[in-house]
Amino acid sequence: MKNKTLSPKRKAYVFVMNALMGLSVLLTAALVLFLIVYVLFRGLPNISWELLSTKPSYLVERIGILPDILSTLYIVIATLVVVLPLGVGAAIYLTEYAGNKKVVGMIEYAAETLSGIPSIIYGLVGMLFFCQFLNMQTSILAGALTLVIMNLPTVMRTTQESLKTVPQSYREGAFGLGAGKWRMIRTVVLPGCVDGIITGCILSVGRILGESAALLFTAGFAHELYGFFDGLTNAGATLTVALYVYAKEQGEFEVAFAIAAILMILTVLINLAAALVGKYFKKRRSL
Amino acid sequence: MRERKRNKKRLFEDAVHGVFLLLGLVTVGCVLLITVYLVISGIPAIREIGLVDFLFGKAWASTAAEPAYGILPFILTSIYGTAGAIVLGVPIGFLTAVWLAKVAKPAVRSVIESAVSLLAGIPSVVYGLVGMLILVPGIRKLFNVPDGASLLAAIIVLAIMILPSIVKVSLTALEAVPKEYEDASLALGATPTETYFRVSVPAAKSGIAAAVVLGVGRAIGEAMAVMMVAGNVPNLPDSLFQSVCFLTTAVAKEMSYSSGLQRQALFSIALVLFLFIMLINAALNFFLKRDKEK
Repeated sequence: MKNKTLSPKRKAYVFVMNALMGLSVLLTAALVLFLIVYVLFRGLPNISWELLSTKPSYLVERIGILPDILSTLYIVIATLVVVLPLGVGAAIYLTEYAGNKKVVGMIEYAAETLSGIPSIIYGLVGMLFFCQFLNMQTSILAGALTLVIMNLPTVMRTTQESLKTVPQSYREGAFGLGAGKWRMIRTVVLPGCVDGIITGCILSVGRILGESAALLFTAGFAHELYGFFDGLTNAGATLTVALYVYAKEQGEFEVAFAIAAILMILTVLINLAAALVGKYFKKRRSL
Repeated sequence: MRERKRNKKRLFEDAVHGVFLLLGLVTVGCVLLITVYLVISGIPAIREIGLVDFLFGKAWASTAAEPAYGILPFILTSIYGTAGAIVLGVPIGFLTAVWLAKVAKPAVRSVIESAVSLLAGIPSVVYGLVGMLILVPGIRKLFNVPDGASLLAAIIVLAIMILPSIVKVSLTALEAVPKEYEDASLALGATPTETYFRVSVPAAKSGIAAAVVLGVGRAIGEAMAVMMVAGNVPNLPDSLFQSVCFLTTAVAKEMSYSSGLQRQALFSIALVLFLFIMLINAALNFFLKRDKEK
């Protein structure tokens, strides 16, 4: 009924715009679906227990990705151990201590700048600073420290967001009871920002899993089995770097797709975890 | 006695304050570290080659007997590649965002939104792998060219990779448009679709501009996915089907075996890339701030 009063020109405009919107959404959705299905379809059949539990060997012409899985794990742990105190501390400084607007502005600007820098540049600077200047050589530790700089803004921001939701009255209550500032932070503020810290962790893990350009020159691409502490001082390829090497340099597409499928599943899991954590804490807050 | 205890407590609190201040300044330190390292290691090669020859030289032959270090091919490829990704990715991302923000039912919206954030989480090497095996042969067959690893393949991969940032930032901007604007437009007889595009979108202009700039930053900085599909030959990008090398891939490709002036020149390329990114960051800040002030 409404459409009858529209001029043909307006009708056409409405029609074209709706069609374009529909097309775009369909394209986006189809793209995601295609990527997931294609990668899983080509990758899952290639995942075998042997692939997951061995290291590559030229003698028996076998490719195994256990070293890459371990390297990824080590790098995730090492990065989180360093980045969490730094990021959370910076966020606490910004929301609890900082009085000087200039300092706050400077730190926030620095964080924004860091999150815009491409990973290849992190890789270069990481190589120059950690591997060469600090003489760590190409090692998981150097890679992890490079990733610390990359993930610092993420952890800082999520913690800051959750600190903002801690009611001011809690802080005043703690002061009123005679607590010093540090005690107030320890007992009131820190428990209040657990959700931000967890979200920051999840997002960082996702980024670390997906990172490759920054690790190529800092963590290298060796496939050797090590324990945690030996692993830190030795070079090791993470799953993404291994994928790149197998696909681009060795033409082993079956292995590459197997790794891609694993990464895809992990990405889905991480996204789910992030969504669930967000929902859980939102619900708990509103109680 | 009491006095001393109080003094001790204050000393302790000051120390804690100092520690947190230091933690806060780590970010600033990191930015300084990156800037200083890039400038220090990037300047020598530019000095030796000459700024004009370096930036506008048309040939890059770092391993030849008479090496040439001109990075114009990389700069142009990065600019064309980014522009192409924007031309392809922005309309799709933007229209998706409008649909999600205004038309979609909540259930559908949350499904598509999580799909889009999944797209953001997929590692870039996975895009590269799929591009290598689908896009590159596809382009070769479809356009009948000798090799599908080309600027076009890189543009398509980049367009897909920037899609999530574009959708998310535009979505936030569109959500922030006051409902009164739309109600007024509807009350004046505009159809819903006309309202979205003639009222909501202009009102969210700065946010959408920020989305585009963010996309530019992502596209220009991407290295691995592009390295896997672009062919990596330092040609001037004359056609879409040429094998090309981006600023990022030029660095990534040669770093592992470079030495001497060649290595220094790679750092200079990184410095040029860094300057591009700083410009883009400044633009992004400008748009976001303008949005906030409103």
